[in-house]
Amino acid sequence: MAESNWLTEVPQLDRSELRDIRKTLDTAYRDFSREHGEMIEAFFDPLLSFLVWFEKLLLATPWWLVIAIVAGLAYLASRSWKLSLGVVVSFTLIGYFGMWEDAMSTMSIILVCTLMAIILGVPIGIVMARSDRMQTLITPVLDVMQTMPAFVYLIPVVMLLGIGKIPGVIAVIIYAIPPVIRLTNLGIRLVDKDVLEAATAYGASPMQRLVGVQLPLAMPTIMAGINQTIMMALSMVVIASMIGVSGLGQPVLKSITNQYFTLGLLNGLAIVALAIIFDRVSQAYAKRTQRHLGGMDNG
Amino acid sequence: MADPLIQVENLYKLFGNNPDKHMSLVHEGKSKDEILAATGHTLGLKNINLSINPGEIFVIMGLSGSGKSTLIRHFNRLIDPTEGVIKVEGTDVMQLNPKELEQFRRHKMSMVFQRFGLLPHKTVVENVAYGLRIQGVDKSESLSRARQWLETVGLAGYEEQYPAQLSGGQQQRVGLARALCTDAEILLMDEAFSALDPLIRSEMQDQLVQLQEKLHKTIIFITHDLDEALRLGDRIAILKDGEIVQQGEPEEILLHPATDYVEAFVHDVNRARALTVETVMKDPAYRITADTIADALSQMKGFGRDYGYLVNESGYQGVVKAERLEQAYQDNKDAKLDAALYEDVEPVDPHAVLETVIPNTLDADYPLPVVDEDGQLTGQLTRGTLAEVLGETHKPVEQQKDESRTPAA
Repeated sequence: MAESNWLTEVPQLDRSELRDIRKTLDTAYRDFSREHGEMIEAFFDPLLSFLVWFEKLLLATPWWLVIAIVAGLAYLASRSWKLSLGVVVSFTLIGYFGMWEDAMSTMSIILVCTLMAIILGVPIGIVMARSDRMQTLITPVLDVMQTMPAFVYLIPVVMLLGIGKIPGVIAVIIYAIPPVIRLTNLGIRLVDKDVLEAATAYGASPMQRLVGVQLPLAMPTIMAGINQTIMMALSMVVIASMIGVSGLGQPVLKSITNQYFTLGLLNGLAIVALAIIFDRVSQAYAKRTQRHLGGMDNG
Repeated sequence: MADPLIQVENLYKLFGNNPDKHMSLVHEGKSKDEILAATGHTLGLKNINLSINPGEIFVIMGLSGSGKSTLIRHFNRLIDPTEGVIKVEGTDVMQLNPKELEQFRRHKMSMVFQRFGLLPHKTVVENVAYGLRIQGVDKSESLSRARQWLETVGLAGYEEQYPAQLSGGQQQRVGLARALCTDAEILLMDEAFSALDPLIRSEMQDQLVQLQEKLHKTIIFITHDLDEALRLGDRIAILKDGEIVQQGEPEEILLHPATDYVEAFVHDVNRARALTVETVMKDPAYRITADTIADALSQMKGFGRDYGYLVNESGYQGVVKAERLEQAYQDNKDAKLDAALYEDVEPVDPHAVLETVIPNTLDADYPLPVVDEDGQLTGQLTRGTLAEVLGETHKPVEQQKDESRTPAA
């Protein structure tokens, strides 16, 4: 290395040194995962059982009942007959083309991931909004989560937890959680200072300010974040299927490897249909909560 | 007089990253601009001393950037001072811990904001009830009290509307109702009417005055409008660049501006509307206490005038003129003074605004008598005084009888 000219050649580590570094890190991580893998898996067991239970529930329920429930929920959220009708038609078509089971798996995993993303993401967003230091700390982490190719962080997850639903869920959450965190943070920071000051002047405690003023006023922005999170979770379905997550991603993966154009297209369209339904329903719900926020009660 | 309710002593506020370090510059008497240039710190308030009595409307007036909004936020510690003491009912507000401060804000003070600060996601009645809800009063109780206050401010029927559906004036009424609803003794009003158009503003001022007559709150009112300050204030403090340049009663400020700055303000004020007779009248010099015409005439000669104000034990009786008395005297040298000889003159109420007495003063050939509600002659109002007070805006008017009224600052 010393002999080569560093002006013309990029100075680089010796191959053997590089290999040593890789080996050390890989071994360390492998040892770590062997030692603690089971414990960490046990930690995620409740989530797994919930996921499995939910998927089974969806599959065990008669198809027409599932459609009725989803269409009913869509109506409750949006008060729009058109949207509910769209739900009925697209779900019937999904079933008619033989994708019912996969669609149910995908729906269950998306719902669980979104729920987890909200449960984790909103509090993180709140913490970020409260302190500038936390914001400068968390923002680069979110950047990494959004830009790092999903395959890269799939490797350690799979090493740790093996192939299956849980690593898939974790990968999806990592990919999908940034919008809800970012937009919760943004929403709270954008709350009108005058209104917040008024609450403070009347003696509102930090908790009363958060629950009574900041969160309700930030709600439209937070809902936009949740909507983005759902969309990103859906787009991860195919990648997650590579590590054994069942659902609409599996046939797509199969079509890629075998060049089954129609199968790929049908399943792709089914994902699109789910995405559109989730998007429209959550957006319509967000709009309606805005109109009804006045009815919210908090002390 | 009762102890002051709020006392502010030697209050300083320096805005910046490290205010404590640079306070020495402030104490050296460096100006705001010098401190900003040397340290990057902004001097917000400088050596503020105030005492505010229970039940009065204390107006803090200043232009934008004078520190008035900063000052009012010190009373409930929305802003913490760099140095100084703020006492409310003898309690040092600076010593309160966060929990105590919350309680203090909930029960002692309420605030009305320039831009209303209403919660957009709550209905009008929920907004009014907000202070009570924060205190932990249960929902139905606080809503019913809120409804009463909405009625008081004239917004009955708007309970279930959202703030955005109301006009600016209505929104500020909601703000006022919210402040009154907590029953706090002290009301902080930060440019509460400045965002409203003039007609609505004067309506709101009237409403505040009416409410105050019933409620007797202690009100600290911030404004940049001297007319508003004069109209509402029992006492006024004028703030410039974070310093109080003058504080006192409205008349004092009008008649004895302490500095050129205050004078420039006072210049454009319509004095005829701002001043009352009491503040400009002279002591009554020409009292006649006689029973007979002869005595009256000799008393009148004594002070060398051809008129006089007749008073007896029960107070002011009327104006008498030499001409008429002399006629009567020719007819009957021993005649008593009686009401038939009085001039037909309407006395002036000391609390009347100058504007209302101008016509009468100009019509009369002699100074009008000023008679208080007990019927006592308390002063006289001459055309000359009126012309002087209303015409003269550059120099303080002639010294007043009451020397204790010189400006405090």
